[in-house]
Amino acid sequence: MPSPRYWREVPARLRLEAARCIPCNKTLYPARPICPTCGGKEFEPTTLSRTGKVLTSTVVHVPPTEFHMEAPFAMAIIETPEGARLMTQVVDCVPQSVQPGMEVKFEFRLIRKEGHTGILCYGHKAVPAGV
Amino acid sequence: MREVAIVAAGMTNFGELWQSSLRRMFVDAASEALEAAGVKKVDSIYIGNMSAGQFVGQEHLGPLMAGELGQAGAAAARVESACASGGVALRTAFMDVASGMSDLVLATGVEKMTDGADVTAVLASAADQELEAYYGITFPGLYAMIARAHMQKYGTTEEDLAWVSVKNHRHGAMNPKAQFGREVTLEQVMKSTPVSEPLRLLHCSPVSDGAAAVLLCPLDQAHKYTDRPVQIIGTGLATSSIALADRSDMTYLDAVQLSAVRAYEMAGVGPADLDVAEVHDCFAIAEICCIEALGLVEKGKGGAAARDGLTALGGKIPVNTSGGLKSKGHPVGATGIAQTIEIFEQLRGDCGKRQVEGAKVGLTQNMGGSGASSATHLFRRV
Repeated sequence: MPSPRYWREVPARLRLEAARCIPCNKTLYPARPICPTCGGKEFEPTTLSRTGKVLTSTVVHVPPTEFHMEAPFAMAIIETPEGARLMTQVVDCVPQSVQPGMEVKFEFRLIRKEGHTGILCYGHKAVPAGV
Repeated sequence: MREVAIVAAGMTNFGELWQSSLRRMFVDAASEALEAAGVKKVDSIYIGNMSAGQFVGQEHLGPLMAGELGQAGAAAARVESACASGGVALRTAFMDVASGMSDLVLATGVEKMTDGADVTAVLASAADQELEAYYGITFPGLYAMIARAHMQKYGTTEEDLAWVSVKNHRHGAMNPKAQFGREVTLEQVMKSTPVSEPLRLLHCSPVSDGAAAVLLCPLDQAHKYTDRPVQIIGTGLATSSIALADRSDMTYLDAVQLSAVRAYEMAGVGPADLDVAEVHDCFAIAEICCIEALGLVEKGKGGAAARDGLTALGGKIPVNTSGGLKSKGHPVGATGIAQTIEIFEQLRGDCGKRQVEGAKVGLTQNMGGSGASSATHLFRRV
């Protein structure tokens, strides 16, 4: 991944920065120029809570090449209290225990490595809320 | 707008075609269609292709394929909407003829997936790169999430998923062009290796090579080329959010529903009028969600359809008589055209052992990504 591409995504990916649409109050993650719900273009910056609930999940047994060492791993779509939804890995637990309804929190983690010489790509993974 | 007919079709076998290149498969399928119609020159060619650039390093398919087919100079271009590329190529060809811009148009699809590319990574490029693929999700993973949400909401079971595969393999066993033209048992599906829970290997369509082509012309000229044309009576294309997480109901394929409504309205027919349908069963759960979104069954009731025989040959509405993507194979860009050919042959009565007797009206539905784009077409025997 070229470093400008990684750098552009830092605010959302590393700091969980989002935008609240002023006309319709929907939280957009990541921020975008036009609200997909109401077409609004006025936003207020906001930061997501570091907690959420699993809406749906899977356990990936056949992973992308960069994730071979991690399989099988759980992935889930997680909704934060603001209504934003994130696709992340869920770790530090038995993958099969990740089911809809599970409460999680987000932790800052290494997501992937771009080969031996490329960027170390960071982001968030979820862990069970009680841990 | 002019009325449009399909007058000829051509298709390679689907499978791991080690001896065939991207261009050779295209020429084999397209020239079969031209020869069947006795046509020497076409006005334009649309090539449905998801990712020849990533699969074999070849972009710019318009001039390449026109030249290879002996049609240099024709208006030709690639059309892309991930796995719905073929369906969108058909729609583009339809509009070209319907508008009066062209009289003879090839709608084609081709994909070469087995030449060594990282197929999982290439397919993942149809998902949202920044919000989905970055974190390690795969296409089976996205559909597995849809499956788990459907199970949670409607009580759909792993066995319901497995029945879709059993049914489609039963159909595909009667299709000589199918990649896996053999039956599988419920037990084989239920015990196959997990790919992304709850989906197992035999819930997933394979990696395939193949090409398919149909020739379109104005309906009032169709009898110059065949005595059994099939009319395209409706077309609908729709999109939803590319990221699965952004859909308010992750169990419902709203782009499929919208594309179907547009096609039904244009054709003046509804789900109850259909005799046969080819839908996008890239994974078993996809067929369940698609038949719901197309209105073939009630919302939430798709799980029982294959198990109860509703969607099997001989059932109320046979779905995927070709074997579907699961058994016939899924060379992604070619799939929408291959679906069209199955309906073309069904409506002409050419399907042999898998023929739906007396079929008059048929539907194809072809989608891209995790249901983010969908093309639906309706056809009628003339």
